[in-house]
Amino acid sequence: MNLAWLLLFLPFAASLANQLVLKKTGLAPLVSVASALATFILAVMLLGTQGSAAFHWASIGDFHLDIGLQLDTLSTGMMLVVTGIGLPVHVFSLAYMKDDDGKARYFTGLSLFMFSMTGIVLADNFIMTFIFWELVGFSSYLLIGHWYRKPSAADAAKKAFITNRIGDFGFMIGILMLWGITGQLSFDKMKPGLEAFQCANPTIWVGVLSATVLCIFCGAVGKSAQVPLHVWLPDAMEGPTPVSALIHAATMVAAGVYMLFRVQFTLGCEVFQQLPASDVIAWTGGITALLAALMATQQDDIKRVLAYSTLSQLGYMVMAVGFVAGDAGMFHLFTHAWFKALLFLGSGAVIFACHHQQNIWQMGGLMKTMPLTTLTFAAGCAALIAVPGTSGFFSKELILDAAYQAGSPLFWVGAFVAVLTPFYMTRLFVVAFLGKPRSDHAAHAREVGPLMLVPLAVLALLAISSGYSFLNRFAPALPHHAGEFHFNLVAGVSMAALVIGVVAGWRLYAGKDHDPICIPLLRERFKFDWFYDTILIRYFQDLLASIIHFFDEFLINGLLVGGLSRSAEGFGNLFRRVQSGSLQGYAFVFGLGVILVIYFTVFI
Amino acid sequence: MLALLVLLPIAAFLALLCGAPARLTAIGAAALNLTLALVAACSWHCSSWAFSVPVLAKPAINLAFGFPDGMSVVMVLLTAIVTLAAVLSGKAPAGRETLYFGSSLLLSGGALGAFAATDLFFFYAFHELALLPTFLMIGILGRGERRAAAWKITIYLGLGSIVLLAGLVWLANLTGTFDMGKMAAAAGNIDPAAQKAIAALLLVGFGTLVSLFPFHSWAAPAYASAPAPIAMLHAGVLKKFGLYGLLRLAIPLVPDGLQVWLNPLLLLLLGNILWVGYVTVSQKRLDLLLGNSSVMHMGYIFLAIAALIAMPDNPLARSAAIVLMFAHGISIALLFDLTDRIERSTGSLEMADLGGLAKATPALAFMFGIAAMASIGLPGLANFAGEVLVFLAAFKSYTGTAGLAPVQLACIASIWGVVISAVYMLRAYRNIFQGPAVNLTATAPDLALSDRAAALLLIVTLFAVGLYPNLLLNLLK
Repeated sequence: MNLAWLLLFLPFAASLANQLVLKKTGLAPLVSVASALATFILAVMLLGTQGSAAFHWASIGDFHLDIGLQLDTLSTGMMLVVTGIGLPVHVFSLAYMKDDDGKARYFTGLSLFMFSMTGIVLADNFIMTFIFWELVGFSSYLLIGHWYRKPSAADAAKKAFITNRIGDFGFMIGILMLWGITGQLSFDKMKPGLEAFQCANPTIWVGVLSATVLCIFCGAVGKSAQVPLHVWLPDAMEGPTPVSALIHAATMVAAGVYMLFRVQFTLGCEVFQQLPASDVIAWTGGITALLAALMATQQDDIKRVLAYSTLSQLGYMVMAVGFVAGDAGMFHLFTHAWFKALLFLGSGAVIFACHHQQNIWQMGGLMKTMPLTTLTFAAGCAALIAVPGTSGFFSKELILDAAYQAGSPLFWVGAFVAVLTPFYMTRLFVVAFLGKPRSDHAAHAREVGPLMLVPLAVLALLAISSGYSFLNRFAPALPHHAGEFHFNLVAGVSMAALVIGVVAGWRLYAGKDHDPICIPLLRERFKFDWFYDTILIRYFQDLLASIIHFFDEFLINGLLVGGLSRSAEGFGNLFRRVQSGSLQGYAFVFGLGVILVIYFTVFI
Repeated sequence: MLALLVLLPIAAFLALLCGAPARLTAIGAAALNLTLALVAACSWHCSSWAFSVPVLAKPAINLAFGFPDGMSVVMVLLTAIVTLAAVLSGKAPAGRETLYFGSSLLLSGGALGAFAATDLFFFYAFHELALLPTFLMIGILGRGERRAAAWKITIYLGLGSIVLLAGLVWLANLTGTFDMGKMAAAAGNIDPAAQKAIAALLLVGFGTLVSLFPFHSWAAPAYASAPAPIAMLHAGVLKKFGLYGLLRLAIPLVPDGLQVWLNPLLLLLLGNILWVGYVTVSQKRLDLLLGNSSVMHMGYIFLAIAALIAMPDNPLARSAAIVLMFAHGISIALLFDLTDRIERSTGSLEMADLGGLAKATPALAFMFGIAAMASIGLPGLANFAGEVLVFLAAFKSYTGTAGLAPVQLACIASIWGVVISAVYMLRAYRNIFQGPAVNLTATAPDLALSDRAAALLLIVTLFAVGLYPNLLLNLLK
């Protein structure tokens, strides 16, 4: 267990050392990378171990809030993902952030993030999950706003934090209700309390528990960026690209899904099968997958395409949670982490080489100038669009299979998303990497150095292979039948979807210099952002605030208090002799008080 | 011992009047006092801390201090920490050093006396003593419309104090003693009708002192106008007197009376959190924003008190209230301190005039960021520990079988305040520190060493309690 504590606190120590001591020495990046390497080794050593340990963090009588670690297949497998992505991202950042003057601050943020994420994964109780949940949001705020002088980055950071807070509003309520129902906060002690509650309330338990689960789900909707709280994730692309790879593709956004699985395992899958809340969860995931994939087809910014793709894939995972198909969703989380981190780092390499040009229509022809990057990017694309044999194929199969088994119409939603995914990725690949360069930056792009290429190559390997069950030994979270394949209707549908998507994308975009289709609704992101910024924030929140402010100022302060103080002022004027001002008024009141005290104490 | 702790700032104040060097004496006294308070925190169980001198024979009034439980120790510690930070960072206008630092010391002494007093008369009198420098300093050295602000806070707190006095005297009459320990023993004699009336008087009286909605509109203008050390000491320390009083006197003495007023209290505290929360959102000046935010956060401590009223055997609620009082005191003091630095550095607190300050003043931006995050309840900083305990306390009696009780409904609504505070705090931070630099901020000077020392003291405290709340909770055992 000591190793597990080290795994948790090492990144914290690194970020503390960076902030307090090493800020000005240039050592901060190295310390963070060393900590990332060490935590990766620790995570590998701890794989598959079982155990738990805790200390009391806040105690009142016999009530304790604990900081505790729980090692099991789920948490140690997830730790492998977190540190396994963390390490290449740290290394990649060394090159990517080489010339940034806030480099030390950046690596401090990365280490703080690793600490927070580890805390969520290893937490053995809800309050600890919530603590690190908030810290993950905070480190994400720091990293999105890394270039804080840029208004769009500062705004994006704020938006991410507040949107996550809205989700956490529900999450906290859910935690409190679950605590009330089961009398426990730690995961492994909740089940008996729940069973007692079910026995005692045979009629209402379904409703109460559904409400509780939906409240908890709100937290996941915020963190895993599901509709309608998805708006922060595309904006979060304002952060440095390695951050997008680590936080906004592979780990933090997966935390919501991970937490939902944790809750499902804690309370029992059979319980969830009876809850109407599960349907809500599945539909939220399905709708997110669909809307995000639609929006991805019309984005011109390479990172935004990937961001919407991430939303869409997270939607798949959440859908799996809704179908109580934990292993399928967790499997997809696992494979998606590698290939999406790869795609983001690949886009980072492209952006770096093109002097921070992010518009794919200003790229083109990168295959000739950056062949190795292109190759790894292609591997990531293959996995994402689920080419048979790649990791993404197996994991998406399992989710679609779960939807099909459930007989839900969401199966067809999922299948349609499986058409859109290869379509937008083909568009991205064809436009950015093939054809002729469409700008000077693209024409003069050079292949990136080994510090960037090695992480890309490693991730490319994993993107292809991480779906095979031989990885079971390394990642016990994988279902045992991973990598197996039987041809059936589901497989047929998804392969047909792949072919349709790729062919359509190729036909439409090969050799084009500008986008042949323009669907304003999709480009404007279904007007979600407009609705929030204009209607909810400007007209609702701010107007409400100023109306309340008005009433506060003129009713409570003006009439109520004003009247009182005017009458008192008049009273005070009678006594005004020496000088004007508050001293008088106070002396009067104070004197009155003393007289009253004397009167009461002496004469009564 | 305890008398020394209480009387030291007052003695230093007198020394100042006799011409001692103002700043040095104040810092020395505050540092010594913090040392004493830390010693007290380690050893408050010892009876040697108690102190009593008879003042009046009939009715028996004693100048008596003591630590009846850990709550007093926590409040004394809070006072000592904030006092040291306030005098360390204080920048007196030329020629006004004695007034400036003397008033801080007097305020500190009054607060310490009120928190340590075990005699009802001095409990009240020390608080009144501490209010005096508050009014004076706003009236004489305040910013902006200082007359109006001073007048308003005087009227408000004066009237609140009188209502409170009526309640306290009534209590003393019914229990027949001024000894607060003996009062609790005699509490059983108070009949329900009297309890109800006294509870109302105490709620309104103490409530006004803590800016309970709708008696809150004195707070924001007063804090905006007050010189920084006074805003720090009043918002951070003295304002907690009302909450302390409710916990110390009202809850043990008139529990049934408070029960009657539970639902109105819940509505009022939601007024603090939601109503004042949105008032805060629409503020354009940082000092008014922080003043309102401090009113808003009082709602959470009232929620803990309401949870205690609803469930009398709820140790969670009491501890939660104390942790949150402490945490809020430290964090709001830090915020007012740094706000003053922003104004000194840039000459403005209008958020529309500022922007990109982090570039020129990284240390100020970093420290203000910590303070802002503390106040919006980021885990790892003290306020979160208090808030989460408050929420847990409110849900203590929920079992799922019956519906949500009023206190739980209020708790749910109040959690929305966590979103509101993130909205206004991050907006302020965004407008002041982030984005491109503007005229006022491009060449603003960063924090001086003594400013950093003061802020660091508060920041370390926030982290210590936030990272390991048992540090504070163990004092309450």
